Amino acid sequence: MSAGVTSCGARCRVMSLVLAGAIGALFGAGLLISGMTRPDRVIGFLDVTRAWNPSLAFVMGGALAVYAVAMRLVRRRRSEPWFDVQFHLPTRRDVDARLLLGSAVFGVGWGLGGLCPGPGIVAAGAGATGALVFLAAMTLGMLLQRRLGAPRAR
Amino acid sequence: MWLYALAGGGLIGLAATLLFLTHGRIAGVSGIYGSFLPPVAHDLGWRLAFIGGLVLSGVVAAVLAPSAIGAAARSTWVLAVAGLLVGFGSSMGSGCTSGHGVCGLARASARSLVAVMTFMTTGAVTAWLAGGV
Repeated sequence: MSAGVTSCGARCRVMSLVLAGAIGALFGAGLLISGMTRPDRVIGFLDVTRAWNPSLAFVMGGALAVYAVAMRLVRRRRSEPWFDVQFHLPTRRDVDARLLLGSAVFGVGWGLGGLCPGPGIVAAGAGATGALVFLAAMTLGMLLQRRLGAPRAR
Repeated sequence: MWLYALAGGGLIGLAATLLFLTHGRIAGVSGIYGSFLPPVAHDLGWRLAFIGGLVLSGVVAAVLAPSAIGAAARSTWVLAVAGLLVGFGSSMGSGCTSGHGVCGLARASARSLVAVMTFMTTGAVTAWLAGGV
């Protein structure tokens, strides 16, 4: 294995995968309970001009409150995670045109369909036709961006 | 409604914390999902398991609480365009609602703050222009 993955036996390796799966399911449960998998709710939150429904602001609020405190605790108490030799954190600090343009395009897609990647994957798992189309197109969009962006990426 | 939003948000924060504690990784869904596409990430195991868990939560919801999965807000063609933009944009901007909106903001990342303000603004304008659901 490349960077990471400590001297981890087969049982520990299985455990790390089971935990990652359970954490993904927990993340999905949070998206489902919060209303993020309901496109009408998302669009009702983003569109402040019609019957504005601000409740989804509490999703980000709740997630931020828990994560900001708890991840700091983890970093203070531990020098490495359970199943890796180091924590992997983004290191870039520069605000560039790609960040701005990419985020702007992402927002247009989110406001248009009321789905972002996490809820899109969850709803596709539930077999919702619209979400399956959304997910297929999202995959294509990522491939397209990499194809176009790769030559001048670095 | 806001109570469910807060509780769901808390679960998202808890899951993100656990992924950081166990695997030392940021719970950014577009980044994790995008690592299946070229250039494919080296250690795919935890990524496949995490995305598998997301899919599983959807399968369970379809059986136990189908109302949690809302109906599509727009026509299939519009959703295809929306997906294309979400994929292209999150790849170009290195993150989406989870990576920038939760994990990045929690780390007080200036890049993520700019990203969130940008996609919230274009999302609001687009939702307004596209009309009520």
